[in-house]
Amino acid sequence: MRQYNMILSDEEKEILDGKRGEVMRKVLESVVLYGEAFEAKRLLPIDGPVHLVTSFALTGIETVHKIMDELISAGLKTKEHFTVDPRPIDFENVECSETQKMIFNAMYKNQEKYERQLKKIGLKDDDAFTCTCYMPEVGNVPKRGQVLSWAESSAVVFANSVIGARTNRMSALIELFCGILGKVPEFGLVTDEGRRATWLIEVKTSTLPNAQVLGSAIGMKVMEDVPYIVGLDRFLGKGINEVTLDYLKDMGAASASNGAVGLYHVENITPEAIEFGRSLLVEDYRTYIIDDDEIKRVIDLYPILWNDFNAKPVMCFIGCPQLSLRQIYDWVERISSRLLKAGQNKVSINTVLCAAPDVISKFKSDSETYKKMRDMGLHLTYICPLMYMSNPECARQPIITNSNKLRTYSTARFFVDEDILDIIVRGHI
Amino acid sequence: MKKIFKGRVVIGGSVSGESVVTLQGFNILASYLRSLSERNGKAICSDQNNKDLYNKDLTGKIICLPQTIGSTTGGMILQSVAELGIGPKAMLFSKHIDSLAAAGVILSYVWSNKKIVTIDQLGDEFLEFVKDGQHIEIKEDGSVIVSD
Repeated sequence: MRQYNMILSDEEKEILDGKRGEVMRKVLESVVLYGEAFEAKRLLPIDGPVHLVTSFALTGIETVHKIMDELISAGLKTKEHFTVDPRPIDFENVECSETQKMIFNAMYKNQEKYERQLKKIGLKDDDAFTCTCYMPEVGNVPKRGQVLSWAESSAVVFANSVIGARTNRMSALIELFCGILGKVPEFGLVTDEGRRATWLIEVKTSTLPNAQVLGSAIGMKVMEDVPYIVGLDRFLGKGINEVTLDYLKDMGAASASNGAVGLYHVENITPEAIEFGRSLLVEDYRTYIIDDDEIKRVIDLYPILWNDFNAKPVMCFIGCPQLSLRQIYDWVERISSRLLKAGQNKVSINTVLCAAPDVISKFKSDSETYKKMRDMGLHLTYICPLMYMSNPECARQPIITNSNKLRTYSTARFFVDEDILDIIVRGHI
Repeated sequence: MKKIFKGRVVIGGSVSGESVVTLQGFNILASYLRSLSERNGKAICSDQNNKDLYNKDLTGKIICLPQTIGSTTGGMILQSVAELGIGPKAMLFSKHIDSLAAAGVILSYVWSNKKIVTIDQLGDEFLEFVKDGQHIEIKEDGSVIVSD
């Protein structure tokens, strides 16, 4: 066995000596080397199911299938059933041209094979494909203080901040290996010290700022650091209710994608901030003030990647990260009242709401509201809109969104919710 | 003129080669996505947001960078290009290595038997000094010699 800096248990040493097979040795070696890259001193047991980021079998990443086959041949599985990010394709609910379909089928030609591999390794069930695994309908809901191995950035920041669980922003495959071992390296956001805030964010806006823009502003400023946010309880109240939960979900996803935030604290709202208050701040913290002018400045920074700035949008994606059940109802209600005001029955732009399969099933069980949604011309899908935009034929279309994550990683153009409502009803910008 | 920098060894090795430099975060997924799908034996940077590297040939080069950014699938993507034989020869980080790159070079090393020599914490001065097309020699102990 080569020399490692990490303190290893006898069992771990045995594995690294190859006594549990070559594949298990490689699994542990990968995790130990990964931990050593971040000066981790030991491995910690994990307390809950993993959440994987790699839900898609993109042509070109066949090495992943090879590793999966090695793991399966060695009889390895995760200790608990896991969830995974959304599927890439849903032709039934997301309109595609024949050319777009052809490209999707070529891009994801190995999808079925990969999903079979996921099942053998420990996938929870056929509906376990979502970036919001922590929704009660999905059921991968950690508890405060639990140590996890999650990789999807929006889920990581939610688990750490809103729930108070502990996970680093794990990388694809490493998170799976940790799930097989039942252990993660101890560093960063898993430690008390790594969860202290190095930024004080003072929200001084006149009204509740758009969650996606606030998260974007924070992410771009602090990058991977931990912010302590004050001033939001003026608008959201103290503690967490359903509305606050959704707000924090969207704010966190934007901070994680526009920067690399893995944890934030919100004064009087998130669990660690409620318990420890401003003692979470390090001594030499920096301060960032966000007022109405700053929110406007941040929105004005977003580049428009359309060839024709005045093009009529062909599609609108709402729900990246995927919507909660409450948010689907809320969007249906808001669109409905806006249509009524405009004297219309249907939206003028193909509008797609994204949610977890289990959340969609729950919503569909309310057949009356589901019919109302369909009658307004809205579509409901389980896909990741980012994967839709990864198709070059889709990416060249003028597509709008209220998601700052989708804006960051694609050519989709960002609008705040109120503007989205106007545009999808009116049919143009 | 030669200048020697010293960093921390993440994946050790003794190699030399030609530099490509990005002063902004290197988005692994965006940079290699096109090359992975086209499979023409070259890794041409497809990240339109990276003004330093866009359209440059990254195949077998020594990438000098602050950190990597983007999707947490980045490490897996880096391993995929390494396995295809179009990955970088080495990666030299001015800052502490990030989780995406760490996963990529470790997966390549352990699962594909492809060593991407990796040194981090070389300091801001390293990135200020190094330019595209320079000859770089990396030693086992983490020394990096940059020549004009």
